[in-house]
Amino acid sequence: MAVITGQQPNLREAKGWRRTKNRIATVLMVVAFVLVVIPLVFVLITVVARGIKIISWTFLTSPIPPQVVPAGVGGIGPAIVGTFEIVGLATVMAVPLGVLGAIYLNEYGGKGVLARLIGFMADVMTGVPSIVMGLFIFSIWVLHFQFSGFAGALALGCLMLPVVIRSTDEMLKLVPNPLREGSYALGATKARVTMTVVLPAAIGGIVSGALLAIARAVGETAPLLFTILTVTTVNLNPFSGPNTSLPSQIFANATSPYTGAQDRAWGTALTLIVIAFALMIIARFITARFTRYTR
Amino acid sequence: MSTVTQQAGPAIPAGSARPLTERRPLGDRTFQIIALACGLLVLVILVLIAVTTTQQAAPWFKAEGWGIFGKTWNPAANQFGALAFIYGTAITSAIAVIMAVPVSVGIALLLTEVVPYRWARPIVYVIDLLAVVPSVVWGLWGILVFAPWIAKIYGHIGSAVTGIPVLGNLFGPPTSGASFFTAGIILAFMITPIVTSLSREVIATVPAIDKEGAYALGATRLEMIQGAVWPHSKGGIVGAVLLGLGRAMGETIAAALVIGSSATITSHLFAPGDSMPAVIANQFGEAAGTFRAALIGLGVLLFAFTIIINVIARAIVGGAAEQGSA
Amino acid sequence: MEQPEQDFVTSLQQPEPAAPPQAPPAPGPRAQPTPGPQAQPVPGGHVFDAEKVSCYYGSFRAVTDVSLSIYENEITAFIGPSGCGKTTVLRTLNRMNDLVPGARVEGDVRYRGASLYGKDVSPIAVRRNIGMVFQKPNPFPKSIYDNVAYGPRINGEHNKHKLDEIVEHSLRQAALWEEVKDRLKASGLSLSGGQAQRLCIARTLAVEPDVVLMDEPCSALDPIATGAIEDLMRDIKTRYTIVIVTHNMQQATRVSDRTAFFSVLRNEESDTRTGVLVEYGRTQQIFEDPGDSRTEAYVTGQVG
Repeated sequence: MAVITGQQPNLREAKGWRRTKNRIATVLMVVAFVLVVIPLVFVLITVVARGIKIISWTFLTSPIPPQVVPAGVGGIGPAIVGTFEIVGLATVMAVPLGVLGAIYLNEYGGKGVLARLIGFMADVMTGVPSIVMGLFIFSIWVLHFQFSGFAGALALGCLMLPVVIRSTDEMLKLVPNPLREGSYALGATKARVTMTVVLPAAIGGIVSGALLAIARAVGETAPLLFTILTVTTVNLNPFSGPNTSLPSQIFANATSPYTGAQDRAWGTALTLIVIAFALMIIARFITARFTRYTR
Repeated sequence: MSTVTQQAGPAIPAGSARPLTERRPLGDRTFQIIALACGLLVLVILVLIAVTTTQQAAPWFKAEGWGIFGKTWNPAANQFGALAFIYGTAITSAIAVIMAVPVSVGIALLLTEVVPYRWARPIVYVIDLLAVVPSVVWGLWGILVFAPWIAKIYGHIGSAVTGIPVLGNLFGPPTSGASFFTAGIILAFMITPIVTSLSREVIATVPAIDKEGAYALGATRLEMIQGAVWPHSKGGIVGAVLLGLGRAMGETIAAALVIGSSATITSHLFAPGDSMPAVIANQFGEAAGTFRAALIGLGVLLFAFTIIINVIARAIVGGAAEQGSA
Repeated sequence: MEQPEQDFVTSLQQPEPAAPPQAPPAPGPRAQPTPGPQAQPVPGGHVFDAEKVSCYYGSFRAVTDVSLSIYENEITAFIGPSGCGKTTVLRTLNRMNDLVPGARVEGDVRYRGASLYGKDVSPIAVRRNIGMVFQKPNPFPKSIYDNVAYGPRINGEHNKHKLDEIVEHSLRQAALWEEVKDRLKASGLSLSGGQAQRLCIARTLAVEPDVVLMDEPCSALDPIATGAIEDLMRDIKTRYTIVIVTHNMQQATRVSDRTAFFSVLRNEESDTRTGVLVEYGRTQQIFEDPGDSRTEAYVTGQVG
């Protein structure tokens, strides 16, 4: 065996300029992340700082006062009721329809032309601006049936539908095929296989995806502008008469010159963010705990 | 042979043959039809959107003809030329994309190539938090906090570049907190999550073999990214960028609050302006007749632009994903 | 290709007793009179008759001209190297290949005299008669109880007491009752490999099928679990007809009454391969005195 003499092999990093370039690139990538974290932190801090001053049980339950009224009087009760009504209705419509649509894509449509077209257009539909959905429902519903919480729910439902379809489709794909085969082998029809084995197996992921769609819908303003005709009174009937919601109130107050209205806007913003974040955290939790298909 | 297993309960005769012919149960057929109908709903809604909004916007198209792309928007004088808004949408989206894309791709690379697995989760969490902040909250913060603060910076830059040929036209006065540029910045924050997550998906389809091959030749990480990741994913990243562009174009409320609402076409980026979704949101309440038709017509244009961009973008991303896994 | 046909013909001429020295089951008509073409008793206790069956996936011919019969209350083993179509043939017996897009069957497959692929035949009904256990245990992410009760429930049984009985009876048949009787509500996913496979067997038995097909049921299990399953097979043979695909020749000799040896036929000109049935007969004969040289090469371990 030859004895190696002379210089030891250089096993350290690439020398000089190559190494520096590499380091710079890494630094830039970290900077990119920091650039994104900073405004996020700023926004959250501002919302929390300014909003927490005004948040109280009274605030959350009192009626909406005129904008000129200073902070401390009145609150956003009607907006919370409205948001629950409108988003609730939208969810009840969009989630079942979206899940069934995803079932068609994954269990029946497969690689057929129609299924691929629907899947593609569902993806495209997630990019349709929310304001267009609002104008759509205005044109097709409000002109005939007037403003109502339900109209707003229709617009939000149209926004949520493709999101639910896509996320449910992903979840259904994850259900392993041997589970389906086991069910077929026992003499189940396709509908039975889907409803009794596939859907229960995927339910954790489906619920999580629906929660994220709801989190997005809760914060949407534009579609409601043309459908609910923002008012300040509470309306317990979502099917008739104009309504309001949390984001609508923020939008109305953001351009107000009165500090009272602005303060209320911050409080509403904090409420909205808490709701959206809570939904997101619950969704993550459900994904972590309730998505297990095989041993 | 083994012992007979104990039997509890009544002896159930095994092997009872049952008939083999059976009509397909009604429930099975119905379920399939319902599922298909729900899938078709997507196509139906898209078609309905196009049809009903165009119907409502028809008076505007008829009244203006090609004048819909005119420079003057004066409702009082019944003039509805939308060029200023199209310009505003284009400018703010461009600013947003130029700022967001390097940042988003950088974060995507950070997540896929640099960061150890354990740190990836918190970073993704932060990006998700960014995505969940509602548009109206961005707008609120933008107009009440960010715009006043950055107005001073604009002022300094503006006076510094007055008179200089190109820079003066871009960044010179008039400056205002609520302006094209501010809207562009806020939009950049808002589209970062989607561009990041799609870029990640695209980069993830780069075959590990190529990356390992580059490292095996002694490449630094940057060189590996340049040599192995970039060629594979640049197509898909273009698609991701287009999707971000589509998102920026359609973003309404944040833009409506911070863009300044001034229907002017100017090269001065720090000046107030307006965009299609913003003007629709801000002026719809008082609109009637041709005015309203014009606003809805802007919505039709917005719908058309975003559909086209999204179709192209999804086709590119889909193609890139297939190529990567081939 | 002489051997399988000879055996087929011989068996028709001399119907052999179908069961080993345990109480022979009652041959002839089933206990309940059922409408439908398959209720007629077939001489010699034929459960399946396959005649010149070929299976295609799209244009690929996976299996060519398989003819054999499966007999009542016997364990029949399909053996052979990888890729010779044993699983494909098995899955034609309960129309599981219908689930694969582009799959096609030519030839005649008869179950108790009735054509399995006839015009009005419903695959759902077929699978209620002919159950299947898979290579990798696939318990549903439900409780052990719900796993076993799944089949009866989709067949319309909702009475709690009846279900309790069926669940217990099936788990006993699968030799799993003692181990899980105190935790029927536990998830099916929490069982070990051998237990999970026995759960899948219990699940299959719960619908009282006529036939149980098994696709390499022990290949994912350790030797002890394998032994338990083989004991189980011998126990339930008196009440069911079993067809098992196995890679393990020793297993075939341990449990089966008849063995079918499949192999791959390569067409040099068109560079295609397809699976064929080489030889079929009583297990003892196949292993100790094979008629075909290919069979001999395989069972003596000369080829893999």
